[in-house]
Amino acid sequence: MINEAANPGEKSFYQVSTNKHTGILSWLLTVDHKRIGIMYLIAILSFFLVGVVIGLFMRWELMFPGKTIMEAQTYNTLFTLHGVIMIFLFIIPGLPAIFGNFFLPIQLGAKDVAFPRLNLLSFYIYVIGAILVLVSLFLPGGPIDTGWTFYIPYSIRTSTNVSMAIFAAFILGFSSILTGINFVTTVHRLRAPGMTWFRMPLFVWSTYATAWIQIIATPVIGITILLVIIERAFGVGIFDPALGGDPILFQHLFWIYSHPAVYIMILPAMGVVSEIIPTFSRRTIFGYKQIAYSSLAIAFVGYLVWAHHMFTSGMSDTSRWIFSLLTFIVALPSGVKIFNWVATMYKGSIDPQVPFLWVMSFIFLFSIGGLTGLVVGALATDVHLHDTYFVVAHFHYVMFGGTGTIFFAALHYWFPKMFGKMYNKRFAVISVVLFFIGFNMLYFPKFILGYMGMPRRYYDYLPEFASLQLVSTIGSWILAGAIFFVVGYLIHALYKGKKATANPWGGVTLEWHIASPPPMENFHEIPTITHEPYDFSQLKEMKYGE
Amino acid sequence: MASNIEATISIEQQAHRDDVGARMGMWLFLFTEILLFGGMFLIYAVYRYQYPDQFHLAGMELNTGIGTLNTIILLTSSLTMALSIAAIQKKNKALSIIMLSSTLLFALLFMVNKFFEWSAKISHGIFPGSKELLEKQNGEILFFGLYYVMTGLHAFHIIIGIVILTFMLVFLIRNKITSDNYVKLENSGLYWHLVDLIWIFLFPLFYLIQ
Ligand code: HEM
Repeated sequence: MINEAANPGEKSFYQVSTNKHTGILSWLLTVDHKRIGIMYLIAILSFFLVGVVIGLFMRWELMFPGKTIMEAQTYNTLFTLHGVIMIFLFIIPGLPAIFGNFFLPIQLGAKDVAFPRLNLLSFYIYVIGAILVLVSLFLPGGPIDTGWTFYIPYSIRTSTNVSMAIFAAFILGFSSILTGINFVTTVHRLRAPGMTWFRMPLFVWSTYATAWIQIIATPVIGITILLVIIERAFGVGIFDPALGGDPILFQHLFWIYSHPAVYIMILPAMGVVSEIIPTFSRRTIFGYKQIAYSSLAIAFVGYLVWAHHMFTSGMSDTSRWIFSLLTFIVALPSGVKIFNWVATMYKGSIDPQVPFLWVMSFIFLFSIGGLTGLVVGALATDVHLHDTYFVVAHFHYVMFGGTGTIFFAALHYWFPKMFGKMYNKRFAVISVVLFFIGFNMLYFPKFILGYMGMPRRYYDYLPEFASLQLVSTIGSWILAGAIFFVVGYLIHALYKGKKATANPWGGVTLEWHIASPPPMENFHEIPTITHEPYDFSQLKEMKYGE
Repeated sequence: MASNIEATISIEQQAHRDDVGARMGMWLFLFTEILLFGGMFLIYAVYRYQYPDQFHLAGMELNTGIGTLNTIILLTSSLTMALSIAAIQKKNKALSIIMLSSTLLFALLFMVNKFFEWSAKISHGIFPGSKELLEKQNGEILFFGLYYVMTGLHAFHIIIGIVILTFMLVFLIRNKITSDNYVKLENSGLYWHLVDLIWIFLFPLFYLIQ
């Protein structure tokens, strides 16, 4: 498939092993950040597709009122698995582990991350976690059915395989922490000469902020999960109300991680947007520092809003309005970013290539997700909408419409760089459009259904919801069709695609200064940085410029 | 693809050493450890606030003598750990080995003590899920639950520490750790001090404030 770097005579990282092995072992034992990134890509994309298929089955069940294809208990395990896979195996590691690994060192002008072997270890820890999830499905007791939030006391009482599945989440958290430590150290220690903090590309900034949240938040869920396991295994009293424990305390600890985790999901995506928009507007980013600082602000304030998931669980009124207020405040830095992006495009010479189209669809979907977030962030409305489809629609719009869309944007933006091949752009445009239509058909009706009172996590519903549920199911087919189409033409491009040039989009960050696919060591000599990250005047002097 | 591989470069061979980076990574890791225990200290605080009297009652049942002894042991082990690093910095390999070995010895002593302490409790029928314990009040059940989990997790960290320090001892003997390349030993030391530090908080919370 991929044989040569674009630069004749130069060997790409696909051709050079970092160890004494060749073939598959040269991949499995590699310490090269690019190869590790690609292994993550394969693993994470596979799990994503599994999650999509589970989603399709859920939508199938919901196509008509009453039992359609499965029992209620099957539905319970499916939404749990779907949630666990999408959250812990796809969206949290997604952008940092794949694109962060591949591009963070390159964008900094480094040859690798700070701890290459630790990097490989995190990959294997991820794999072990994923295997544990799978094993838990087949052990006696049956697959976990608690929902991805594992709320106490049900998660202590149910006889399904909770312990194994949440232990997998614990392991995955470990992988996330190690990646975070690696990235923070890399950014501090391995910037090329001249790469000052404010010359770092914004993807680096956001990955850096994300890495901090990974470090700060993940241990909290680690200990919480461990305690649930210990409680299940030994009957130790910690959260179980029968032994005097406090189930609400579990919810607090769970969301102290899991809310910052949504910023682990979205921040890298925002970084990718800040890369793509300048490149296709040929204009330096508007308000570089504001975007960089707003990443840090989101990382910080995002840590303090967790209890807005618990407005109806039992909390004092004072804490409720404080958390509601903080929730509104955290919307500000996100708004700052949206306005900066739009302002960047203003008077730019916009070239609406495929990655840019994905970003446009992101801005639309993410704005809906963000604005409906304010609806559930306000106390009075949340009491009405809590645990309804409105919430399901909201989080799919932010996570899937936000980060998921950007996952595809990043894939299309960097695919030529990572693989040295170009995909069929016409197919790509068709798939964005299908994705967008399918997405809104699938999830927009859920806002309305939720508003009308359809609760989440039910395999059945009242007859009056039938028509919107049907629309939603049809939307899921279009959306899934678009996704499988993307995967299909990308794989096809790997084998049959035209060779990509080193700089197909006219980008100026460091990855576009080197060959596609990059050589083993990224840079033959460490570059000295003299430009701002999005200074398009350098295009003319660049080796692979216009 | 595979047939194309000609050049083999070992990143490890080429990588420049970055002691500052290594230390930084270690500090970040220790930070996550603090947060891990922080979660439990939080739970402790909440329940202590909820059941002050019953926590008081349960705390009286712990053996302050053994707790104090273990505190002294751990503090001393931290000292020997620091001395071991200082010794290798001063190129005194023999002293460094002696100090590191005594750290290991103290760690084992701590575990022996812990073993006797726990078995005494268990033989009195106080362990998670036991009949005696379940007959007690909720606050006491929680206290002992936390006692076992927190000191247990701490002991688990001691065991990991013993494994790490054993490796360091081997490295030291085989000259993998030398007076100009001792960041591994330093990082293990940092870990060891953290484990010690956590104990410094566990000790008063369980054995002293009553
Ligand atoms: C084609 C793609 C997808 C389809 C058809 C789909 C469909 C669904 C459906 C039907 C539910 C259950 C709603 C309920 O009964 O409460 C659900 C729940 C959920 N989905 Fe998706 N989804 C898709 C993609 C995603 C993605 C990409 C993510 C994450 C990034 C995601 C995260 C979740 C989560 C966290 C839940 C909640 C699970 C729970 O209640 O424990 N989904 N999804």
